[in-house]
Amino acid sequence: MSETVRNTALFAFVAVLIVLTGMMQSWNTALLILNMGLISAIMALGVNLQWGFAGLFNVGVMGFVALGGLAAVLVSMPPTNEAWAAGGMRVLAGLLAGAGVVVAAILVHRRMKPSRFRALLTLIILVGGSFLYREVFDPGVDAVEDVDPAATGYLGGLGLPILVAWPVGGLLAAGAAWIIGKAALGLRSDYLAIATLGIAEIILAMMKNEDWLARGVKNVVGLPRPVPYEVDLQQSADFLERAERLGLDPVTASSLFVKLSYSILFAAVLILILVLAQMALKSPWGRMMRAIRDNETAARAMGKNVTARHLQIFILGSAICGLAGAMMTTLDGQLTPTSYQPLRFTFLIWVMVIVGGSGNNLGAVLGGFLIWFLWVQVEPMGLFLMEAITASLPEGSAIKAHLLESAAHMRLFTMGIILILVLRFSPRGLIPER
Amino acid sequence: MDFLNAIVALSNFVLIPGIAYGSQLALGALGVTLIYGILRFSNFAHGDTMAFGTMVTILATWWLQSIGLGLPFGLPTALLALPIGIAGCALLVLGTDKAVYQFYRVQKAKPVILVIVSIGVMFVLNGLVRFVIGPGDQRFADGERFIISAQGFRDMTGLREGLALKTSQGITVITAVLVVVFLFWFLNRTRTGKSMRAYSDNEDLALLSGINPDRVVMVTWLLVAALATIAGTLYGLDKSFKPFTYFQLLLPIFAAAIVGGLGNPIGAIAGGFVIAFSEVFITYAWKKVLGYILPEILEPVGLVQLLSTDYKFAVSFVILLIVLLFKPTGLFKGKAV
Repeated sequence: MSETVRNTALFAFVAVLIVLTGMMQSWNTALLILNMGLISAIMALGVNLQWGFAGLFNVGVMGFVALGGLAAVLVSMPPTNEAWAAGGMRVLAGLLAGAGVVVAAILVHRRMKPSRFRALLTLIILVGGSFLYREVFDPGVDAVEDVDPAATGYLGGLGLPILVAWPVGGLLAAGAAWIIGKAALGLRSDYLAIATLGIAEIILAMMKNEDWLARGVKNVVGLPRPVPYEVDLQQSADFLERAERLGLDPVTASSLFVKLSYSILFAAVLILILVLAQMALKSPWGRMMRAIRDNETAARAMGKNVTARHLQIFILGSAICGLAGAMMTTLDGQLTPTSYQPLRFTFLIWVMVIVGGSGNNLGAVLGGFLIWFLWVQVEPMGLFLMEAITASLPEGSAIKAHLLESAAHMRLFTMGIILILVLRFSPRGLIPER
Repeated sequence: MDFLNAIVALSNFVLIPGIAYGSQLALGALGVTLIYGILRFSNFAHGDTMAFGTMVTILATWWLQSIGLGLPFGLPTALLALPIGIAGCALLVLGTDKAVYQFYRVQKAKPVILVIVSIGVMFVLNGLVRFVIGPGDQRFADGERFIISAQGFRDMTGLREGLALKTSQGITVITAVLVVVFLFWFLNRTRTGKSMRAYSDNEDLALLSGINPDRVVMVTWLLVAALATIAGTLYGLDKSFKPFTYFQLLLPIFAAAIVGGLGNPIGAIAGGFVIAFSEVFITYAWKKVLGYILPEILEPVGLVQLLSTDYKFAVSFVILLIVLLFKPTGLFKGKAV
């Protein structure tokens, strides 16, 4: 079986799985799986860029995804004018003061010769600066958060179309990646892992607690959409007529139409990124990256700046994750910081990349679809299995209730088993690197 | 008097919780560092190993409680159940080693592959623990709650500030000291311990001098199981047991191990306390303590809290970054592979 046939068969298999879901459960579910599959595939491409191309171990995917979601709010929501009037400028001034303090401390540290005095001066700048920052920042925050806390209580966004948020999400994630990369790249690989794990937790903590930014755990709902609303569709005579011709009732038709529109948007982004990633992989740059991955010392001897290249690809990969995060928040229509779980957003993406085939872009895309499908479907399957196992137990027994209740946790278990089995028996994944 | 009050308040809110939390982190970090030193990878499943050991301990505690066995002097039953928990955890880690890690060790796979494998193990354990005991909070502490209660202390000394010492905190510190003393005695004095250190320093030389690698690996896993279960149970007694919290402990534990120097047991202990105290120091509202020491004019208006407690992860992370930037091998020289 040639490689193309094999790959086509694998993709066709996943397509059949999704179509089967459509026929057996509902087309709505199938489209939901497809949409999240598209987004997962983009995230997997980002991680594959870092791990597959360059061998960088990033376990902070969740943080970058969440930053993308934040971008969606900051770009697309209408600005809260009262909040800006109440303390917006003060908050901005506080942030600038904070940034100024950090820059000043870094400058002092860089420009002066190492001495006790330098250490003392840096410390004084940092400690004094943090008080200055809080002095300016806190009243502003309080003022902003007091503006109608039930409905707004935050600064709002720029009121731009939400599609603008997608690249902005990528930029935000890239910025965070630059900070992490500067500190942790060039050290041993596990350190990058821990550092990224940490930044993800901090980004999440920030999003949960800084209410002035995006309402924290009060969530931002009702983000604008790039596609029409179901209600509007159901009122348009033109649409109703077409739905009738297809033999669908208006409610189903409108919800399918909206989901399909999202699918087309997401597929366009996925294809664009996939093409770019393929071109990058085949370019001299891609070869250099793989050379660095396979033998850093040799690549360095050839005059390649390993640390700079690592930083570059780390930022690129994280930006793609940020982009996908913004897309996901657009799809959800709301930002709920509590829904970001590392097992779901970091480690699941890793399973996708490894199962699909690290180092191969098509593999990452395949893994994204397949694993997402399993993630969604393992729960009902687990429940089914549990019902089969417990069928013989008497009704109302505690063990039966517990087992049925625990079926939801089967997915973590299954994902772990899949990851371990693939790593053991087929470490190169379903579509291996060429 | 004010000065004494300040010291008491400081001990009550900062020193005692810091020491207890630091001991728990230190025990966790010792496990991570042992695996790193001898098996040569960062074990991401450590948090969930702790959760598993604690889960077995909790189940054993419930069983002991149901048959009416307990400890005298108001000690929690969980201490009696601890050996069962350790045994369960030991079976688990030896099983995973045989089924999963051994293959890669024989192949001499790159450390980062082992890290990814450990992520798979983490998933499985996480699912397993939630499957058995559920994702919710479990409290399993029984017995006397306080060694010294705040009110009792006030009556005893006549000070305005109370000093509370929870039983769990007392047990944590005593157990941690005993465990650490035993561990260092084992590593420095016994033949097995010495062979472990030799294996960690130079694998080839150790093999050449007839050290049995399988035995070294097995003893390491046994120690790790014991450390993880003890650390997890102490943390659970002190706060509460929730699978997700244990997963999140991974970050401060790794920060502690790296800050101290990966692969260095003394470093792991020092790192645990550095992380714990920084967390408590930076997230504590200092208003009360400062109010006692400073003259009235200088009395602070705000809470004087540097960061809200929700940012405690940020603290371990920032310390980690500083150490990585200025001293990548950690405070005590660890390994750099």
